[in-house]
Amino acid sequence: MDRLNALSRRVPVNAVYLAGVLPFLWIVWLTLTNGLGPDPVKAIELRLGELGLQFLVAGLAITPLRWAGLNLIRFRRAVGLLAFFYVSMHLLAWVTLDMGLRWEQMAADLVKRWYIIIGMLAFATMIPLAVTSTNAAIRRLGPAAWNRLHRLVYVSALGGAIHYLMLVKAWPVEPLAYLAAVVVLLGLRLWRHGRRQVAQSA
Amino acid sequence: MNKAPLRWSDVTPRHLWLNRRAFIAGAGAAAVAGPAVAGLTYSPSAYSTSEEPNSLEEITSYNNFYEFGTGKEDPSRNAGALTTDPWSIVIDGLVDRPGSYDLADVLKDQPLEERIYRFRCVEAWSMIIPWIGFQLSGLLNRVGVQPGAKYVAFETLVRPEEMPGQQSPILDWPYREGLRLDEAMNPLTILATGLYGEVLPNQNGAPIRLVVPWKYGFKSIKSIVRISLVAEEPPTTWNMLQPSEYGFYANVNPTVDHPRWSQASERRIGAGLFGGRQDTLMFNGYEEEVASLYSGMDLAKFY
Repeated sequence: MDRLNALSRRVPVNAVYLAGVLPFLWIVWLTLTNGLGPDPVKAIELRLGELGLQFLVAGLAITPLRWAGLNLIRFRRAVGLLAFFYVSMHLLAWVTLDMGLRWEQMAADLVKRWYIIIGMLAFATMIPLAVTSTNAAIRRLGPAAWNRLHRLVYVSALGGAIHYLMLVKAWPVEPLAYLAAVVVLLGLRLWRHGRRQVAQSA
Repeated sequence: MNKAPLRWSDVTPRHLWLNRRAFIAGAGAAAVAGPAVAGLTYSPSAYSTSEEPNSLEEITSYNNFYEFGTGKEDPSRNAGALTTDPWSIVIDGLVDRPGSYDLADVLKDQPLEERIYRFRCVEAWSMIIPWIGFQLSGLLNRVGVQPGAKYVAFETLVRPEEMPGQQSPILDWPYREGLRLDEAMNPLTILATGLYGEVLPNQNGAPIRLVVPWKYGFKSIKSIVRISLVAEEPPTTWNMLQPSEYGFYANVNPTVDHPRWSQASERRIGAGLFGGRQDTLMFNGYEEEVASLYSGMDLAKFY
């Protein structure tokens, strides 16, 4: 574990940003070379959404990993911002490529369709987190308030996973796997919180 | 000549397959068809749309056929191992001549036509598909429908060793579908055995599948091994799984939404990155031919 920590300290944060945009460039490349199959629109939308969920799950894993002794906290902001980037691109793909700027239908869906309401809510909860991701914002809010605010990411991740599960037919594996990952990572926090309270009252 | 960049739909340009068809028709299909290619003999149909069909590549690599996996590209990847010859269909229930019919016997004397139909998936995407097939009514008349029969029930093959999707219980196998008898007898309703002038590729439901163009795609059951004439509405797969979302009728209807998503518009596969959406048509554009089947029915209730 110490060796892993030592290794991670040698990785510059910018390398995480760089690695994080590689999947996006890969999607762009596949789009330009007709590598996304007969329905590139759905493929783009799905890949962007899944990447958003993957970075959300990765971000949620950082704290439990620290309990286990692996400290990757330095990379958490990069992981979070990459999640926001992919979720934003996913939304943009839906608005432009999938819905073709049919504003009326989108507005109707936005008040009627639970998968869209929940997905949009999950995106909305990420906006204040992205806005307050700077050092200056952390100083201004104070660490306690900042930490409280950033627990909103629990809503983002849970909402994103439920959004995915709600738009598929039947029960395919992928959306269930994302939801399971989020539930486990949030469950670990609850479990630890519960144990601490027991310890305090004892 | 070609505009860059190439799209999937450019792979089989219309003039090429039109040429190929004329060539086959002129020279005799058996003489020119290569060993692996079985050209079919068929006539055109007045029921065909004049819209541009999707390319063969699009139609054969973007499929919902859960017997081979839930991904759109799974069927094209996994369906190759399916044995479609020999093939027989059990025709039973309220018919005069029940029995297990060899596929060749089912096809005997049924005139093949090309039906270029709109195909609308319940997932709100669509294609234009040049099916080759014959009217289901022709087969039903031949086996003799008894007066008590009100519905037709269909079943897909169950063969998990060749259909890997059936190794998991994602649906309650066998896949089942059904039609009211008058829907089954409608001239638009066909049993398809081909596509683009050639035998049906496995991933599209070989060797024989139903095509009901005014209903969502899941009604058009693939790789049929059983056709039963029955008195009561038969259980159907998606309706059994989620009755509030998938009705027995499943008519394409832009005014009756799926509980989780809108059916008002659709994306045409092959329209390109910025192709956007088009309005979904009542009964998928076949209102003139089929609306009378449902006169007086509340289509929001019988979705």
